[in-house]
Amino acid sequence: MNLKKIFDPRSVAVVGVSLSNPFNPANIIYHKNNLRYKARTYCVNPAGGTLYGETVYRSVTEIPEKVDLAVLSVRAELVPAVMEECVRAGAGGAIIISGGFAESGRGDLQQRIQEIAKANNFPVIGPNCLGIFSPPGVDTFFLPHERLIALREGSVALVSQSGGILVDQTIKLTQEGVGLSRAVSIGNKAVLDEVDMLDFFLKDRRTNVVGLYIEGFSEGRGRDFITLMKSAKKPVVVLKSGKTPGGSRAVSSHTASIAGDYKVFSEVLQTSSVIEARNEMEFVSYCEVFSCCSRKHVKNVCIITASGGHGAIAADGCFHGGLSIAEVPEEDAAALRPMLSKSVQGICSLENPVDLTGSAGDIDFQTSVKFFLEKDYVDCILLLLLPYLPGITSDVGARVAQLARESGKPVITYMPHIDKYGIFIDGFESNGVPVAHSVEGAVYMALGLARRGR
Amino acid sequence: MKEDAKTILDRWRDTGWVIEPEARKVLKLYGLYTAPYSWAMTAEEAVKGAGKIGYPLVAKIVSADIIHKSDVGGVVVGVRDDKELLAVFTRLSSLQGFQGVLLDEMQSGFELIIGSKHDPQFGPVVLIGIGGTSVEIYQDVAIRMAPVTVKEAKEALLSLRGSRLMQGYRGKPAINMGSIANLIAKFSEMVYDLRGRISSIDLNPVMCSSRKAVIADARIVL
Repeated sequence: MNLKKIFDPRSVAVVGVSLSNPFNPANIIYHKNNLRYKARTYCVNPAGGTLYGETVYRSVTEIPEKVDLAVLSVRAELVPAVMEECVRAGAGGAIIISGGFAESGRGDLQQRIQEIAKANNFPVIGPNCLGIFSPPGVDTFFLPHERLIALREGSVALVSQSGGILVDQTIKLTQEGVGLSRAVSIGNKAVLDEVDMLDFFLKDRRTNVVGLYIEGFSEGRGRDFITLMKSAKKPVVVLKSGKTPGGSRAVSSHTASIAGDYKVFSEVLQTSSVIEARNEMEFVSYCEVFSCCSRKHVKNVCIITASGGHGAIAADGCFHGGLSIAEVPEEDAAALRPMLSKSVQGICSLENPVDLTGSAGDIDFQTSVKFFLEKDYVDCILLLLLPYLPGITSDVGARVAQLARESGKPVITYMPHIDKYGIFIDGFESNGVPVAHSVEGAVYMALGLARRGR
Repeated sequence: MKEDAKTILDRWRDTGWVIEPEARKVLKLYGLYTAPYSWAMTAEEAVKGAGKIGYPLVAKIVSADIIHKSDVGGVVVGVRDDKELLAVFTRLSSLQGFQGVLLDEMQSGFELIIGSKHDPQFGPVVLIGIGGTSVEIYQDVAIRMAPVTVKEAKEALLSLRGSRLMQGYRGKPAINMGSIANLIAKFSEMVYDLRGRISSIDLNPVMCSSRKAVIADARIVL
């Protein structure tokens, strides 16, 4: 099935707008798309008439053009009939927002959707979902614009069974300065599931990283997922829920007792290039670092810090994760020392972690970053910066980013995420250097690069 | 799919699992050999069988009612002579659902579990772990989608936390990695071939020595 028309529609029909309730989800979707997104947007209600001066079409078949995408937000019982109209009207695909299917005992209705989709080779996302965020064309999230933060456009595509988790993750990634190419909530996945989405995003030119929140694959689809991953060139990050074994089912073999659903999931994923995040923080960190850095083979890390404590925490994290903290040869330390500010020379520690102390300024960080990026024993730099130190200015980000760009090696920064320091953080992020809001997050990013290289 | 294997599995479908001597036949059809064994229904047959295998040996209850043999004292290791064998036979024959006694060579070596199950998401998978009866305590296992190649089987073995124990730890001889990896690859092809017909399999333990890997017990759950 071709998903192109769903994700990049030139025209969208929103079926199920209310003529009396302006807060109906369909109305929110219609207005949002009509006013803020590129696709030509039409609204449909069998009563016809007008809505805020715009024509309300009685049926998708009455719309003067073949719409690429139909968004269905009508009562579950009406969905099959509306779907059939969409097919007759030549629509390119549908997103079914409505709930009331398999999740609430109406498996029969869901099966009807599957049959219509299959018989007509008609792609369908949902039902029981938020649909897609796919700027600049379309956004079917029925969440009022004023309730959401402005999402950044970028290269990370998100897939989630749960709409709630999806919105949360889009917000979290945005707060970390990560841009999204698309986001999709697949709901009951009656027709299209995670594997179909992965397939589309692996080929999608606007997407460089795919992040998936997975509750579980349908029968046999885990195997299809792994098969698809064999040819995947893009980084794929997975966050899994439902890891707790459900009750103590008595099983009659050791294998069945040990190899629970999550154990198998996690073990099998490890044999592919998928990177499983253990928690939300890892998930966000991996998505962020992969969206910024493409270099693989990270093993040896150099930690440059303005505080010994931060350096020690980062070193512990790297060690536990299996990264090596490269040893700085004495002659290199001796060569670097005179290049630093006079006030720093006598008090800094030029072992790894390289502690430049609170007396260091932009120039000392720049000098050290440049110095170590040139060393063969360093694959990646963790730069731990404290923006309240007097010697550090908001220029440091752009300058360090330039050095990283020239060397091709990743620099990962830590800086506390407080509104006040936004200008420091922007200096890095706007120039392609990821900034974590905790030392742990920065370590996760380095680990993510290392795992990807394996 | 091998027809003979299908026939055996179908025969035991109502029981829900395949008794060991029958499970061994299925394995053999796929080129997975166990050590020479004998399935004795009477005391006479037992003594005769023991003559071929040689003492000391292992005697195990065969019963469709007893899936966990050790739990009911259904496995006797180190039977030394005819006299002991007859006593063991008498005792085992009183156990529920008695269908004979399986006599097997004594094996020693490093104990691995090689298993398989039908996973709802990933289909047939193989499990490789530090085995024996303590497998559920250590939980040191690797799981792969079946089938796996010999190379993948080796990598899975080396990924175990206890893999150093197999490679000649503290003066113990290293186990024959090629032999066990071959066995795993063959086994994975079997479970892939029989996919949809089997719920899970335990080969536990598989005894690994510096020379070979021998399947010492087999259980197929349908």
